[in-house]
Amino acid sequence: MTTTGSDQNKAPGSTGGAVGMNVRDSIRQPLWLLAELTYACPLQCPYCSNPMDFASVKKELTTEEWINVFRQAREMGATQLGLSGGEPLTRPDLIELIREARNLGFYTNLITSGVGLNADKAKEFKEAGLDHIQVSFQASSEDLNNLIAGTDAFQHKIEMAKAVKAAGYPMVLCFVTHRQNIDKIDEILDLAINLDADYVELATTQYYGWAMHNRDQLLPMKEQLVRAEAIAHEYQEKQKGNMKIYYVVPDYYEDRPKACMNGWGNVFLTVTPDGTALPCHAARELPGMELPNVKDLSIKEIWEGSNDFNRFRGFDWMKEPCRSCDEKEKDFGGCRCQAYMLTGDPAMADPVCTKSPDHHLILEAIENGRQEAEKPADIAKPLVFRNPKNSKEICGL
Amino acid sequence: MTDRIFNADTTPVLALGYRFQWEPAQDCYVLLYPEGMVKLNPAAGEILKRVSEKKQTVGELIAELKEAFNGADLDDDVYQFLEEAHDNDWIRPE
Ligand code: SF4
Ligand code: SF4
Repeated sequence: MTTTGSDQNKAPGSTGGAVGMNVRDSIRQPLWLLAELTYACPLQCPYCSNPMDFASVKKELTTEEWINVFRQAREMGATQLGLSGGEPLTRPDLIELIREARNLGFYTNLITSGVGLNADKAKEFKEAGLDHIQVSFQASSEDLNNLIAGTDAFQHKIEMAKAVKAAGYPMVLCFVTHRQNIDKIDEILDLAINLDADYVELATTQYYGWAMHNRDQLLPMKEQLVRAEAIAHEYQEKQKGNMKIYYVVPDYYEDRPKACMNGWGNVFLTVTPDGTALPCHAARELPGMELPNVKDLSIKEIWEGSNDFNRFRGFDWMKEPCRSCDEKEKDFGGCRCQAYMLTGDPAMADPVCTKSPDHHLILEAIENGRQEAEKPADIAKPLVFRNPKNSKEICGL
Repeated sequence: MTDRIFNADTTPVLALGYRFQWEPAQDCYVLLYPEGMVKLNPAAGEILKRVSEKKQTVGELIAELKEAFNGADLDDDVYQFLEEAHDNDWIRPE
């Protein structure tokens, strides 16, 4: 699965201010359940946010176990359910899971690459109560050329995007952008217009899991972003009232970090294929996690009582400069996983912040990316693709 | 507000992908849409409840609300809310 920057922006709670109350005034409860149903996936995107060692996960939760998770999360107040992975379509019980989730009252989102989808399935899922299908275009630059040129491999995705709309869903397309495709943003948007998409998410790659491993090859350069942003804004203006375009600046180029997950243990709950409950899908890689499993504990016990979920709640865990910063309620000090990956300490400020003593690490990463980009193709580092073989090799499984 | 979208004869419907429901855990009506949720205050809830339950014109909807709320004079509030809801892409005229 791909982590999109705008997930956070569109999360329940962040829009809650429109009418009524702010979510932070109410009791903490999970609003968003991300169910990573499986790590199986026919694709091998080098910017996948699944953990590098995904191949070590053998046993997935059963249908009954998933339904039990849905029921508990729903009872606690969760309204949004993301069915994700891996590729959720590889689960033969997907339709059953959709039906149960919808009966429970979830707004059900299927996050798919479209591989394995067909028009009949899109209709059957709709009848089972699926609310929304997001088709992700996980295209590398070469794939993207094919896509825009409309060759066979991508003709299927296009057909699927159309089938989704024909079945009565809004058409929501997600394009994962990075250095190798971001210059094509205008062509991407033209394609979306031709398809009559309702929402387009230009999701910037976020550097977790496989994407972090490939960061030097994926991080866009400043001038690329400036151009992409201008184009995105131009299309946003032109498409007002027709197509909603979400464009998120990669956080490496911001001065302040994102309010990751809307605060740790605040609204998001991820359950991974083997039943591990996480405050965010990247948190498995943090040191000192106890990794509670839904097979052993109730969601309520995990959400309210586990060390993992309480670890970075509120502000007491913070170090300087966050601790005494007057912006901490805005961004909660940023992303714990990013702080850990870059500084080795998950309680540090997210180095994206210019107030962080580690901000130079971000600048260095950008510089490394540039140097990599300027190398001739034959000596440049190759992208490492997300597949079980690489997972085993790299993680020594 | 610029041009008005709704008059007594327009039929408002929820926009594609939007779902309206009561949330016991929030103790309020909510609108759900792809990856998001809006909590509605009671007045907004009463209006959108009627938009989502059956197809009717704004005129009919106001009449129904008046009946439910002792003939209160709420025309302006309803129109204002509908325009706002339209600006937010929650509803559209049929
Ligand atoms: S490999 Fe690609 S399609 Fe498969 S889970 Fe990862 S990002 Fe999604
Ligand atoms: S110092 Fe910490 S709390 Fe303050 S803006 Fe930076 S990351 Fe946020």
